[in-house]
Amino acid sequence: MSSFWNIWVWVLTLGSLVGCLILLRWCLKNFAGVKEGESMGHSFDGIEELNNPLPSWWSTFFLLTIIWAFIYIAMYGLGSWSGLLGWKSSNQGILNLAESKAKTSKYLHKESGILVQYDREVAQADEKYGPIFKAYAARSIEDLASAKKVDIDFDTKGELTEQQSALLQAKEALKVGQRLFIQNCAQCHGSDARGTTGFPDLTDDDWLYGGSPEAIKETLLEGRKANGMMAWEGALGEQGVKEVAAYVISLSGRSVNPDLAKAGKTKFGMCAGCHGPDGQGSLALGLPMGAPNLSDNIWLYGGTQRAIEASVRNGRAGVMPPWKDILGEDKVHVISAYVYSLSQN
Amino acid sequence: MTQSNTSAVDYNFDVVRQFTVMTVIWGIVGTLVGVLIAAQLIWPALNFDTPWLTYSRLRPLHTNAVIFAFGTSALFATSYYVVQRTCQTRLFGGKLASFTFWGWQAVILSAAISLPLGYSTSKEYAELEWPIDILITVVWVSYAIVFFGTLIKRKTSHIYVANWFFGGFIITVAVLHLGNSMAVPVSAMKSYSLYSGAIDAMMQWWYGHNAVGFLLTAGFLGMMYYFVPKQAERPVYSYRLSIVHFWALVSLYIWAGPHHLHYTALPDWAQSVGMIMSIVLFLPSWGGMINGIMTLSGAWHKLRHDPILRFLIVSLSFYGMSTFEGPMMAIKSVNALSHYTDWTVGHVHSGALGWVAMVSIGALYHLIPVLFNQGRMYSIRLINIHFWMHTAGIVLYIVAMWISGVMQGLMWRAVNSDGTLTYSFVESLTASYPFYFIRFLGGVLVVAGFVLMAYNMFKTIGAKDGSLKAVEEA
Repeated sequence: MSSFWNIWVWVLTLGSLVGCLILLRWCLKNFAGVKEGESMGHSFDGIEELNNPLPSWWSTFFLLTIIWAFIYIAMYGLGSWSGLLGWKSSNQGILNLAESKAKTSKYLHKESGILVQYDREVAQADEKYGPIFKAYAARSIEDLASAKKVDIDFDTKGELTEQQSALLQAKEALKVGQRLFIQNCAQCHGSDARGTTGFPDLTDDDWLYGGSPEAIKETLLEGRKANGMMAWEGALGEQGVKEVAAYVISLSGRSVNPDLAKAGKTKFGMCAGCHGPDGQGSLALGLPMGAPNLSDNIWLYGGTQRAIEASVRNGRAGVMPPWKDILGEDKVHVISAYVYSLSQN
Repeated sequence: MTQSNTSAVDYNFDVVRQFTVMTVIWGIVGTLVGVLIAAQLIWPALNFDTPWLTYSRLRPLHTNAVIFAFGTSALFATSYYVVQRTCQTRLFGGKLASFTFWGWQAVILSAAISLPLGYSTSKEYAELEWPIDILITVVWVSYAIVFFGTLIKRKTSHIYVANWFFGGFIITVAVLHLGNSMAVPVSAMKSYSLYSGAIDAMMQWWYGHNAVGFLLTAGFLGMMYYFVPKQAERPVYSYRLSIVHFWALVSLYIWAGPHHLHYTALPDWAQSVGMIMSIVLFLPSWGGMINGIMTLSGAWHKLRHDPILRFLIVSLSFYGMSTFEGPMMAIKSVNALSHYTDWTVGHVHSGALGWVAMVSIGALYHLIPVLFNQGRMYSIRLINIHFWMHTAGIVLYIVAMWISGVMQGLMWRAVNSDGTLTYSFVESLTASYPFYFIRFLGGVLVVAGFVLMAYNMFKTIGAKDGSLKAVEEA
């Protein structure tokens, strides 16, 4: 804020408050020229006004709120001054994550004299809940997920063996993972994690980037960006699109026009680079581009003839955002355990 | 100054009559649309899969109808009446007054057509597109000419307090409307705001909160300052209180907008100032309530017989309640709970249905017989029934919204022992349904009350001149 605007803000704010004080003081005196409680002597359409004094509780209370206003400004600041507390609601005017982190680490030290409420609350939450997640993260994803299949057949309130409390902890971790999933992942993957058009079902065995604990965790931490399937309309022409789509549908054993499929097969070579010669998907080839398996009758973008033709014609590109900076590694670990457990039946 | 013979002045009551009748009609329309959208929140199928009837388009129609059609017509009617009576002179401007009536009805009609069609600037309470904004400006400037022209040619030495409030409201609404509606038109019905980002948000709530502060508060205080002492037949309690609370109210209200933007990208100091001024505003707001209610000293017994006075006094109670609630909700830590919940909706309606509607209804029940040469309304009993229906409707409405709002706020912030959120958003929505239904019932009572009022009004207008005799007090 420039010093002009800073002065502007100070003068108007304090001016308004001081103005109210002067006004109150003026009206506390009887300036009206008639005795208190008597009529002012003017009448408007028969309405008269009495010269009653201000109720004392009212003027006291009014005065107190004005005094409080000055105290609040002194504590919390005005214009470009941060006040005696050095309070800020958050690091405002931040343009990227790196800037935000730099400011947070700078202001979280008490000696900085600045109190950033948001950062303070995050730090407090981390301090309080961090150890819980640390303890979960110390156990492997398989270990946590395995608790899904074990029933609790003991009194949880009684004396617990080490094994029993480990089981309880893992069960709790899966529940926490589910809650985090519902709050952060369900918007795309659905609250039952079964996905929807464009967003993979996480409860089956069909994976784009791998279903191992490590692969899942990596997907969550770093995110995924499909290499992107290009639009083939230009290269194939409309007839070519229909033929390739027919062939792709035939790969999962569905009946199609055999002539179309046959013609499509000759053109499928262009697709094999990512989807593999038999359409088994990039994962089966050990490749990282996230090209789906086309032979399992599971369809990320819809399995109707129309939808498949549209995929071939216009191309597709899926994105999963990275969660490392948003949730932190420990929480991602717990969500990974939950997601991994979904396909372990 | 002594009271001069009022009948000697040839007042312009035509325009007052026009606005009065339309106020009641717009009251029915505005609240009816409100009830429809309240029902849509419970039964979404009630939009009949028609874009024109979706919640998103009817909600601005509801707010525009109640604020600018019902509320502002009531202000036009009463300010034109009060300024003539208290200045002892005929309305200034001749046909210009009539133009403000037809012009304002044209604004309302344009809103009623353009909003369901989907034309919107998407600025709350300022959704109307730029051609309508220009029409509003023209009508408003004419209103100011008529009102202040009348004040200038007054036959009384002083300006009565009601006119301070009317005048303050007319000037400030003009400034607010011009400031916030600045936009670049790109086609006949599309424009883009001149402001962007946090500045746009600040302009919007500077406008938005002062639409509440000046139109819905100062304007209606003007109404109160005439009709309460008139109906109670008592002098105004304190002249000095009216001075201090008028000047403090108008100078503090204009600052309160940022409390709509707590914990946003708005600079912290602006949020703090919004909160400070909102709290300092509390006592000046109550000054109006004290002056109104204390005016009844020595006439409390009248409340037992006079349902019109009951409307007026209960409106002041709701005014006191919501002007206490408002500053509380402006406190940052309270706002952290209340913001974005139904609590805000409840607060607005305790002001709108409790204060604005009740003081207007009371004023109109006083005004209608005077305007149409009768001693009283057609049926006092119906006024009484209206009073109880309206009051019950408000209580159902605001209590339901308080409970549901606080519940939502608590559910959104509830965390498990591991710090994860206890409830998903949709769970808080499911939990709100019973309260949406109670709110809907409250709304139905309010609309039904307005229909009774319209019946009573048309019966009064239709009765033979002077055939309804004033009831002698028992």
